Amino acid sequence: MQGVMFIVLALVTLFSALMVITRKDPVSSILYLVLTFFCFAGFYVLLGAQFLAAVQIIVYAGAIAVLFLFVVMMLNLREPEAEEGKELIPIWKPLGYAVGIGVGIVFLSYLASSPGPAIPPLNGGDEIYAMGRADFLGKALFTDFILPFEIAGVLLLAAVLGAVALAKKKRV
Amino acid sequence: MLDLSIVMSMAFLVEKSIVTVFIFIVVLAVVAYATLGERKIAGYLQDRHGPNRAGIGKHKLWGILQPIADGTKFFMKEDIIPDKANKILFVLAPTFTFCAAGFIMAAIPFGDRITIFGREVLLQIADINLGILYILAIGSLGVYGIAMGGWASNNKYSLMGGLRTVSQMISYEIVMGLALVALMIDHGTPALRQIVIQQSGPIWHWSVFSHPLGFLLFYISVFAECSRMPFDLPEAENELVAGYHTEYSSMKFGLFQFGEYTHMTLASCFIATLYFGGWTIPWVAVPENPGLIWGIISFGVLWIKALFFLFVFMWVRWTLPRFRYDQLLYLGWKKLIPLAIFNIFLTAGLILLFQKFGIAG
Repeated sequence: MQGVMFIVLALVTLFSALMVITRKDPVSSILYLVLTFFCFAGFYVLLGAQFLAAVQIIVYAGAIAVLFLFVVMMLNLREPEAEEGKELIPIWKPLGYAVGIGVGIVFLSYLASSPGPAIPPLNGGDEIYAMGRADFLGKALFTDFILPFEIAGVLLLAAVLGAVALAKKKRV
Repeated sequence: MLDLSIVMSMAFLVEKSIVTVFIFIVVLAVVAYATLGERKIAGYLQDRHGPNRAGIGKHKLWGILQPIADGTKFFMKEDIIPDKANKILFVLAPTFTFCAAGFIMAAIPFGDRITIFGREVLLQIADINLGILYILAIGSLGVYGIAMGGWASNNKYSLMGGLRTVSQMISYEIVMGLALVALMIDHGTPALRQIVIQQSGPIWHWSVFSHPLGFLLFYISVFAECSRMPFDLPEAENELVAGYHTEYSSMKFGLFQFGEYTHMTLASCFIATLYFGGWTIPWVAVPENPGLIWGIISFGVLWIKALFFLFVFMWVRWTLPRFRYDQLLYLGWKKLIPLAIFNIFLTAGLILLFQKFGIAG
C-alpha cells in the first residue's frame, strides 16, 4: 500500500516538476510548482512527519508560491516568445547542463553506494507517530539541534533585513 | 485473526463513509440556506421583505424553496467562456475555490462520539492531531482559485480583483496564524477535539474569555479571508465591476458564490470550535459513555453557535461600509500583526506566571 502510494506520488512529482521548467506560460508553471509542493507534503506524511507536511503546505504552497504568482501576475508576462533569442551570456546554457549532470552523477553514485535510510512504515506504532508531532519536533529542535536551528534563524533574519533594505525607498 | 481485522476495517470504512456523507449533506444544506438567509437578513435590515415567492403551491413559507430556484436558474443560464481566456484555468478556478473551502470540513469536530451497535463513532470526519494546522493549510489554498479565475479571464478588472485577493489573503493569513499560535500555546495541542474538551465546564472555560485579544484578531482576519464585507475588496463593484468573477456566468459563477458561503459556514463552525466551546454545553460535563441522544444534542449545539456567527457575517455585511484598499493593508500589516505578536508574548508570559504561582490556567 505504502509502496504504491510512494510510486504514484513520485510519478506526479516528476511530472509536475518537469512541467514547471518546460511551460512557456509562467502562471501555469507556478501552478505546477504548487502541485510539486503538495507532493512533497505527501512524502512527508508517508515518512510519518505530519507536522512538516502541514507546515510545508502553509509556508510553501500557501505563502511563497502565492507571492510568486502575485509577482508574475503583476509583471504581465503573457508573451514570453518576444524575449527569446536574447540570451545574456552564451556560456550559461552549457554551464547549466554541466552543473546539472554533475549533481546528478553525485546523487546517483551516492544512491548506488549506500542502501539509503530505512523508510518507517506508515502505521509503525506510536513511536513513529509521535515523531511527527509538533511537540516532539520542538523538543528536538531546541535540544539536540539548537545550533543549526539558531544558525538558520540568523540566516533568515539577515535575509529579512536585506529584503527590507532593498525595498526601502532611498531618502534623497 | 486476519478475517477479523478485515471485518473491523470494513466496518471502519462504512462508518466513516456514513459520517462523511452525513456531514457533507448537512453542511451543503446549511450553505444553500445561508444564501437565502443572507438576502432575507438584508431585506429585514433594509426594511423590506427579501425573496418570498418560491414556496410550495399557494403557501409562500418565506420563500423556503428559493435555493432550489436559484440553483435551477444557475444551470439554465448560458455559460460563456471568453475567447481570449485561458480555458483550462478558467474552468478549474471555481471548482478549486469550492473544493478548498469544502475540504475544511474534514477536520472540524461537529459533535461528540456516539455509540451505535457497540461501536464508538466520532461525529468528525477525521480526528487529526494537527487539526488547526490542517485547516490553516487548506484555508491558505483558497486564494489560488480566486487568483486563477482573475488571471484566466483575461480582463483587467478581473486581474485587479485577483491581485487584491492575493495580497489581502497573504496579509490576513499571517494575523490568523499568529492569533492561533497563542491559542495553541494555551491549549498545548493543535488537535481540535482536545481543544473542545478542554473548554467544557463553566462558561468561563471558553477560550474567548482567556484570549479576548486573540479572538478579536482571529475574527477580523476571518472576515478578510472569506472576503466578506468590510474587506470584500476583491469584488468591490463600484471600482472593479465584479472583481475576479466579472467574466463568469451560469453555474461557474454559482460555484464561486457557493464556495464563498461554504467558506463562511465552515469558518463559523471553526470560530465556535476554537473560542466558544465547540459542541460542549456550559456547565454540562462530557459524559463517559455518550449515547445517541447526547451525540445529536452536541451536533445541534455546535450548529446553534455556528449559525449565530453566520448571522453576524451577514449582519456586518449590511451594516458596515467597505474599507479602502490601502487602509486594508495598513490595518493588516501595521496594526493587527504587531498586536498579534504582542498577544503571543502576553499569553506565553501569563502562562509562565500562572505556572510559577501554581494557579491552574
